[in-house]
Amino acid sequence: MLESTLLTWITFVPSMGMGIIGLMLLIKPVLKLSNQTLDNLSRFVALVASGAAFGLVLWLWQGFEPGLTNPAYPTTQLQFVHHLVWIEAFNIEYFMGVDGLSITMVILTGLISFIAVVASFPWGIEKNDKKHFSRKSVPGFMAMVLLLETGMFGVFCALDFFLFYVFWEVMLLPMYFLIGVWGGPRKEYAAIKFFLYTLAGSVLMLLAMIALYFASNPTTLVDGSPCSHTFNLIKLATENDFGSVGLLLGVDFTKIVFIGLFIAFAIKIPMFPFHTWLPDAHVEAPTPISVILAGILLKMGIYGILRINYSILPEATVWARYAIAVFGTINIVYAAFVCMAQKDLKKLIAYSSVSHMGFCLLGMAAFTEQGITGAVYQMWNHGIISPALFLLAGVIYDRAHHREIEGFGGLSKQMPEYGALTGLAFMASLGLPGLNGFISEALCFLGAFNVFTVLTVLSALGVVITAAYYLWTIQRMFLGPLNQKYVNLRDMNWRERLTLYPLSAIMIVLGFYPMPILDLMNHTLHELVKPLAEASGLL
Amino acid sequence: MIQECNFLWLIPFLPLVGAFINGSMGYHLHKRLGEKINHSISVILPWASCFLAFWAFFQLRSLPEGSILVNHLWTWVAVGAFHVDLAFSVDPLSSMMILIVTFVGSLIHVYSIGYMHGDKSYWRFFCYLNLFMFAMLMLVLGDNLLLMFVGWEGVGLCSYLLIGFWYEDLNNARAGMKAFVVNRVGDFGFLVGFFILFWSLGGVWNETGYQITGNFSLTFRELGGMIEAASQKQLWGVPVLTLVGLFFFIGATGKSAQIPLYVWLPDAMAGPTPVSALIHAATMVTAGVYMVARMNFLFVLSPTAMTVVALVGAATALFAATIGCFQHDIKKVLAYSTVSQLGYMFIGVGVGAFWAGSYHLLTHAFFKACLFLGAGSVILAMHHEQDMRKMGGLGKTMPITRWTYWFACVAIAGFPIASGFYSKDEILWKAFNSGTLLIPGWIPWLMGFLAAGLTSFYMWRSYFMTFTGPTALVHGHEPEEQKPVVTWVLAVLAAGAGVLLFIGLPHLWMHTPSAIEQFLSPVFSAASNLPVAGFGHGAEWGLMAASVAVAVLGLMVAWWLYRGRKSEVPGRILERFPGIHRVVYNKYYVDEIYHATAVSGFLSISRISNWFDVVIIDGIVNAVGLFTRVLAWIDGVIDTYLVDGMVNLVGWTVKNTGMRLRRIQTGRLPTYLTGLVFGIVLILVLVRFLMDTTS
Amino acid sequence: MSTIGLQHYLFISALLFSLGIVCVLTRRHAVAILIGIELILNSASLNMIAFSRFGQGNIQGSVFVLFIIVLAAAEAVVALAMILALQKRMKTIEVDKTNSLKG
Repeated sequence: MLESTLLTWITFVPSMGMGIIGLMLLIKPVLKLSNQTLDNLSRFVALVASGAAFGLVLWLWQGFEPGLTNPAYPTTQLQFVHHLVWIEAFNIEYFMGVDGLSITMVILTGLISFIAVVASFPWGIEKNDKKHFSRKSVPGFMAMVLLLETGMFGVFCALDFFLFYVFWEVMLLPMYFLIGVWGGPRKEYAAIKFFLYTLAGSVLMLLAMIALYFASNPTTLVDGSPCSHTFNLIKLATENDFGSVGLLLGVDFTKIVFIGLFIAFAIKIPMFPFHTWLPDAHVEAPTPISVILAGILLKMGIYGILRINYSILPEATVWARYAIAVFGTINIVYAAFVCMAQKDLKKLIAYSSVSHMGFCLLGMAAFTEQGITGAVYQMWNHGIISPALFLLAGVIYDRAHHREIEGFGGLSKQMPEYGALTGLAFMASLGLPGLNGFISEALCFLGAFNVFTVLTVLSALGVVITAAYYLWTIQRMFLGPLNQKYVNLRDMNWRERLTLYPLSAIMIVLGFYPMPILDLMNHTLHELVKPLAEASGLL
Repeated sequence: MIQECNFLWLIPFLPLVGAFINGSMGYHLHKRLGEKINHSISVILPWASCFLAFWAFFQLRSLPEGSILVNHLWTWVAVGAFHVDLAFSVDPLSSMMILIVTFVGSLIHVYSIGYMHGDKSYWRFFCYLNLFMFAMLMLVLGDNLLLMFVGWEGVGLCSYLLIGFWYEDLNNARAGMKAFVVNRVGDFGFLVGFFILFWSLGGVWNETGYQITGNFSLTFRELGGMIEAASQKQLWGVPVLTLVGLFFFIGATGKSAQIPLYVWLPDAMAGPTPVSALIHAATMVTAGVYMVARMNFLFVLSPTAMTVVALVGAATALFAATIGCFQHDIKKVLAYSTVSQLGYMFIGVGVGAFWAGSYHLLTHAFFKACLFLGAGSVILAMHHEQDMRKMGGLGKTMPITRWTYWFACVAIAGFPIASGFYSKDEILWKAFNSGTLLIPGWIPWLMGFLAAGLTSFYMWRSYFMTFTGPTALVHGHEPEEQKPVVTWVLAVLAAGAGVLLFIGLPHLWMHTPSAIEQFLSPVFSAASNLPVAGFGHGAEWGLMAASVAVAVLGLMVAWWLYRGRKSEVPGRILERFPGIHRVVYNKYYVDEIYHATAVSGFLSISRISNWFDVVIIDGIVNAVGLFTRVLAWIDGVIDTYLVDGMVNLVGWTVKNTGMRLRRIQTGRLPTYLTGLVFGIVLILVLVRFLMDTTS
Repeated sequence: MSTIGLQHYLFISALLFSLGIVCVLTRRHAVAILIGIELILNSASLNMIAFSRFGQGNIQGSVFVLFIIVLAAAEAVVALAMILALQKRMKTIEVDKTNSLKG
């Protein structure tokens, strides 16, 4: 389907859920609802809203035709476009649509948000654990999660820079509260750090956006009325040659805008040296929020670079490719080393996320089809694997109330199912062939190898370290004699199974049959990377 | 000719089903229905695979020479020029491999029924074992390099799981981890080799990177035809094919336990003995040899790579054999023996005698599995005692174990009545006669020859120490022979080690290439025209005689030193040269050296990185935060004291002046009046004065 | 002995004025101060009338004096009323004691 309001529905169904929760809070005194009822109702509403969004996403997937060129937007493969004029005075449009790049992320968002909502239910949490995040101001929590979901969908669907920016900011705020209110002991520090980091990025993005806006050529809005400048990402990419704009602040325009945008996105990735907010945020965030943070929010950095930097500023992208690849390598190797020194399970997983996002940077810097597909597929796979890892960390935290790796030992004996699932997720994360992570890592390396031979070899060494720290973690947590403190730990409960088994199944199935996902993105990425490859002399 | 064969996928899939059933329900099945249900699932399915493997083998035999069977399932990964199918193929080499894997593997499954009886994780063992079968079959059946890599790492994973099977002992867990990590180093080599190979198939490297021009294919049969295109290319100033070969060989050294990555294999003996037999002797560790043989078309184009392979193989064969002579743990002896025998296989594939290397792989699978399982039988009888010094005289009570072990020793030591002689001798002769290496062929030959003597010595040593002499007692009882499920397996393997000699009778005797050489020749057609040094039949006869002689010599020495453990000579020799003994007994301290360099190096880097992250980067972040706060504080100070200070100063001045001036407001009328009068006077005076000055 | 001229008037007037000033400044009794003020006013009137008589022959001075007399009467009325009010409120008309305006 080329034209549709489906994306708008997907994006705003979660906010409708939020609205309903808000209404319930208002009518609570009228109907004399108890807190208990209200909590259960809001959980239910969140489940239904995110479930409905996920259902719509599946419908979207089913209706998406890979490789279909949209005649209304030549050179793109946009589908499900919903395009209106929003604020005419500033030439801002409401422009939603998906192509092969964003649909994978939209599907991921639908899935992971739903799983995160399920993971926020208190089933199986000890009755006396009153302070557990799933029992603390539930309506607020659920409302924030739903608002966050709207923001995430919006970022991936928006094709107007201003709209993109609005959704980007919409996403930021609930995250701040979710960490700052429902988080762990150092939640305030983590929340502020997260907020400041991402806010700094937003400021850079805002500046770059305004610079691009004022440098853009006159064009028309969707209703045909002329406008002097545009925020439309497609028009910015196709109707403008920013390479000829000249200097800004004494530097080449494209380069300085590229750097601004790149740093804004690099903070989200997160790229070395802007990564230190991530471990803190993860460690303090409650499990479902870590799931969303690792599963989706980190993807926005890479997505933004591909969507905006790559398509709008190709010259600067070619110029910056070596830097991107070097940072990718640093991410991979450095974060892997840092992982090995971690004592907190969640911190370890957080740093492993940093390491794994490095693969994306390396792959996409190469401008080969394999590399860029590997990068996007790595985003997808990391979006499946790291939520599973954080859910698993949550499982043990709910039982043992700590996450010190050294503090466990021999858990396999007491919790075999948990051990098996953790093992599976670790193996997927360390890139065991036959599981999904391998294919994307191999594609990233393969794509990058022809351009960055030495860097790729170095990064491939990072894989050895990855294996070492995961196996060491397994050894310290699960193997050896059982720690006598934990002889009473219970194995997985149904809520945890409900969240983890689907993810595990996806890991295995996509390991042997990744084409459903690869097919979605292949055509779009081919179009995206072709001009870059030509410009850098690879074709 | 490519023949579609639609059941090949079942060969790996059936064990996977077994693994899945046992993995998901095994615990409950075990609890409700006992061990029987676990092992019947997990044993029947590999046998079914074995049946299918034989079926495929006969189907292949019925086709004209050079045919292969292919089973294409679906497109696995397709991105641009990179297109990889999930497809299985059977050519003579992989057919031989699946026969080994399914046949020996299934036998070892049967043996495990006896060996693992009573273990509380019985189901888990069979789950892992079946999973291993799946991975190994993927490795050998995979139609392309990437699918092969799936099996390649899969077997590594299963090896890890099985070494650490009794994970409650941390040492086992550590051994498993060591195996996995060392293998990962090898896998890194495999991957890099794979990347170089892929990109060198089409296009050229230039200063901007790589320009894509040609086609790519990663299936083995097409690679063979395309590899010529890469032969002229260079990367980092080295011919691409040499690089590819060397990187692949790094992969092989990891998986097949060659220098310098052999260290994991001796530790891997921590796993249950059937695992050692199946994974760490018969199948998985030979994957490296299989891979080099599989990539023969590539290696023959690079004499450098072949020389390295042959030399590393020879060095490993000799090196491991020396260590094997001094071990006391029966499984450790066999482990070093395995490393050494794998070295032979690499000599074989390194000098271009790919079929000989593969043949040794085949015979080794039988006799080494037989040795390990025999050792397992002994270990069971000795109640998990593995030190040979505490054994002895077991031959009397365990005849079947004894005679199968004896026959396997005959095979490995190189006596012409068993298959081992024929495969090993063929390798040594081909090495001696090789003309492809950059060095004379006698160098690897000599190393292999010396290793052969040592092999004979340490194997007979283990035999004599275990089965002869005074009978060792366990808890006051004589050790008993094992159940038929164990002994029958030993007998079948020993028989196999014997029978297999008939397919490898040398050209020299039969005046026609041996059956195995003929069977495998389509796979190794690229190697058929390799140059030879051209020694005659006389030399071949001579070398053969020398091989037999050195094997007999090894037997004699072992007999003299260890038979009936009457002799005190070994003790005296060891006292004479304590230093050598200590160094060799401690495996030349290689583990310690690795630990001191690589492992602790990595750990320090990791600690430094973490420190850098926490102190420097977070320090900068926090410092930026602190800087902002200090700035805000300074700003606050300025605001309070300077800006507000000015305002307050004005107020204060006015107030103070007022305070002072109010004193004159006495409230008394006379004062005011006085003031009034004086004021008037003053004004008058002033007016007067001013008028004076102005007028 | 010469005739009484302008100087004599002025002399008397100045004397009256000085006495008035002294009276105003030195006495503490409100009524006495009022008397002093009356003296000052009268000295001014005397000045006026003298200049009117010996001046250029116009009558502006005489007219002024009439105004001053009226004014003085009105003033006396107001002042005495105030003094009475003062007496009523403060129980004294000693100006030294009525210092509630002291700053």
